Amino acid sequence: MAASLRCFLRSGKNAVSALGQREFHRSAPAAAQVTVRDALNQAMDEELERDERVFLMGEEVAQYDGAYKVSRGLWKKYGDKRIIDTPISEMGFAGIAVGAAMAGLRPICEFMTFNFSMQAIDQVINSAAKTYYMSAGLQSVPIVFRGPNGASAGVAAQHSQCFAAWYAHCPGLKVVSPWNAEDAKGLLKAAIREDNPVVFLENELMYGVPFEMSDETQSKDFIIPIGKAKIERAGTHVTLVSHSRMVGLCLDAAAVLSKEGIECEVVNLRTIRPMDVESIEASVMKTNHLVTVEGGWPQFGVGAEICARIMEGPAFNYLDSPVTRVTGVDIPMPYAKILEDNSLPQIKDIIFSVKKTLNV
Amino acid sequence: MKTMLTIISNALCRMTGRNAGAQTVSEGARVVVSRSFADFTPQATFNIKKCDLHRLEDGPPLAAELTRDQGLHYYRTMQTVRRMELKADQLYKQKIIRGFCHLYDGQEACAAGIEAAINPTDHLITAYRAHGYTYTRGVAIKEILAELTGRKGGVAKGKGGSMHMYAPHFYGGNGIVGAQVPLGAGIALACQYQGNNQLCVTLYGDGAANQGQLFESFNMAALWKLPCIFICENNKYGMGTSVERASASTDYYKRGDFIPGIRVDGMDVLCVREATKFAADHCRAGKGPIIMELQTYRYHGHSMSDPGVSYRTRDEIQEVRTKSDPISLLKERMLSNNMASVEEFKEIDVDIRKQVEEAAQFATSDPEPPLDDLCNHIFYNNPPLEVRGTNPWSKLKSVS
Repeated sequence: MAASLRCFLRSGKNAVSALGQREFHRSAPAAAQVTVRDALNQAMDEELERDERVFLMGEEVAQYDGAYKVSRGLWKKYGDKRIIDTPISEMGFAGIAVGAAMAGLRPICEFMTFNFSMQAIDQVINSAAKTYYMSAGLQSVPIVFRGPNGASAGVAAQHSQCFAAWYAHCPGLKVVSPWNAEDAKGLLKAAIREDNPVVFLENELMYGVPFEMSDETQSKDFIIPIGKAKIERAGTHVTLVSHSRMVGLCLDAAAVLSKEGIECEVVNLRTIRPMDVESIEASVMKTNHLVTVEGGWPQFGVGAEICARIMEGPAFNYLDSPVTRVTGVDIPMPYAKILEDNSLPQIKDIIFSVKKTLNV
Repeated sequence: MKTMLTIISNALCRMTGRNAGAQTVSEGARVVVSRSFADFTPQATFNIKKCDLHRLEDGPPLAAELTRDQGLHYYRTMQTVRRMELKADQLYKQKIIRGFCHLYDGQEACAAGIEAAINPTDHLITAYRAHGYTYTRGVAIKEILAELTGRKGGVAKGKGGSMHMYAPHFYGGNGIVGAQVPLGAGIALACQYQGNNQLCVTLYGDGAANQGQLFESFNMAALWKLPCIFICENNKYGMGTSVERASASTDYYKRGDFIPGIRVDGMDVLCVREATKFAADHCRAGKGPIIMELQTYRYHGHSMSDPGVSYRTRDEIQEVRTKSDPISLLKERMLSNNMASVEEFKEIDVDIRKQVEEAAQFATSDPEPPLDDLCNHIFYNNPPLEVRGTNPWSKLKSVS
């Protein structure tokens, strides 16, 4: 019962209604339950307070408290100067944010979803990512582009794309993809303090999911270094590598497989670029089997990159079978629930793929 | 006798503020070979063309004061840019410069006039026809030419090239048409945020004037009253497309709609200066953004790969050269008002030629960047990282 409740919570289905609204809190009691939304909120609040050059801009971030309420309370606390509502002008305001970063500020530029970042992708890549290189170090761009990425629920094709592979393709960017509340807080703080452009990929279905946050994570200087993966669950038979919401599904699949005597090691990438290949390799050299799990499309994706990197490194010789990729179905996202559910990896798909990889 | 006439003419100039009196004296004065500094008119006032106004009651003044020193400075600036661009043309034809090279000759009055009206602490961003501004914003000729030739002594160490040169308070050099305009509005936002009374001059061309992101920028700049001077350098052609063939409205100074605009004679450095001063005052008074359209002309084609005569006539180019050349205009004004001598201008020309030649020498002899610089400057303030080379065994080093 407890296990299935945990599954239910981690997968984020109807999590918000199940748990009710959480109050925005600044000083939490020790080892509290914090939703991903509140963790992101805390991260931004702390960094806005710490450095007056930091500001947030995007659609509905101020008076609406954020389209997904991630910036709730911030406008009330910091006002118009630091929390800026923009018109619906992604290319314009992304460029403005980049210009502000060039001139000495530290903007957080929110895309209501990363689907809309396509309107502005030239500013992210050509104006932000490449400038430090083109100027041979004369001009840096300390900016964070953040927002929900990937599939939501019932929002159909134009609002469900995963951009991890798109942005992670480009030198000059750091691309981060948190899973739980601790990831969200520590990585967002790190991203804001980072002196280079960071694409911060959140997940809408995870916003309402609560996680236990230790004392340490409540500290105002709690940072998770960009570029380091985390072993969420130790195992011996197979390595599961994932990022964002799919990490939760991997843990759920691992729980089920454990009952059948298959112990999965679950690696939470946390950062897509630069990818912590060493952690994956160390795990593969222990388990000899690798399955990657992602919500994005298979072709030229995160899993594809992991396969290539494993082949080029020492871990290849330790593989007892080819790497398996579990991915979203190679189609635009459909609307009807039954179709949508079958467009993304489910726990049973991960279990099936692990067993095929282990040939059991 | 000559001295007395000069004294009278100087007095007349000061009293009337007009150059009429000086005219009659200078004819005779020019015959003398050597002139002492004290013989020249130290300051004169010139009538400048009235600017067309959009949503403005008053515009820039109709007369501009010019001191001898200022005049010589503007002349030197414009002539340096001119000679530097012509040198770049030469080096490109010799295949020492490669890739893109968009030359600015003909438009010098814009860069010189704008710089004369703003402070070094103000900010400026432009598009890819950027060599002139790179110079006026403080980068040495040799660092500009060496960047064009791709050497390690270039301002961007050879990593950027023609379109990606930077300096303090100068943000390039931008390759994507129109992308620099939101960037400029963002720089203005930073000025406002930091409360430093600085402004940002954001330049774009008649071609870029049709980019959607400009209108997004205009909207936000006006909404938030950003201290941004948007300047359209209308040189009548966006690559090979004339303004009439590209824009439903060619009144670029009105395209900001709710943003006030001024249309300026971009071939007259004084007109540009006065208009920019007016615009700067507007911004610094907290009135929000303003648009300037500078009517100017480029002698070269769009870039070095465009001869520039398939979409316009040689006659047109020649007519502009003879009737509206910005450098000639200033020179003639100063000469006919006895503010400098022909010899003086010649000396300046010779000096500039020498400087440009030396810079070109440097640009052709400086070594190319070392291969171990290949992967550097990916990230700022980061520990060294490894970058994948062309094959899995090629692990290259990158430092900040």
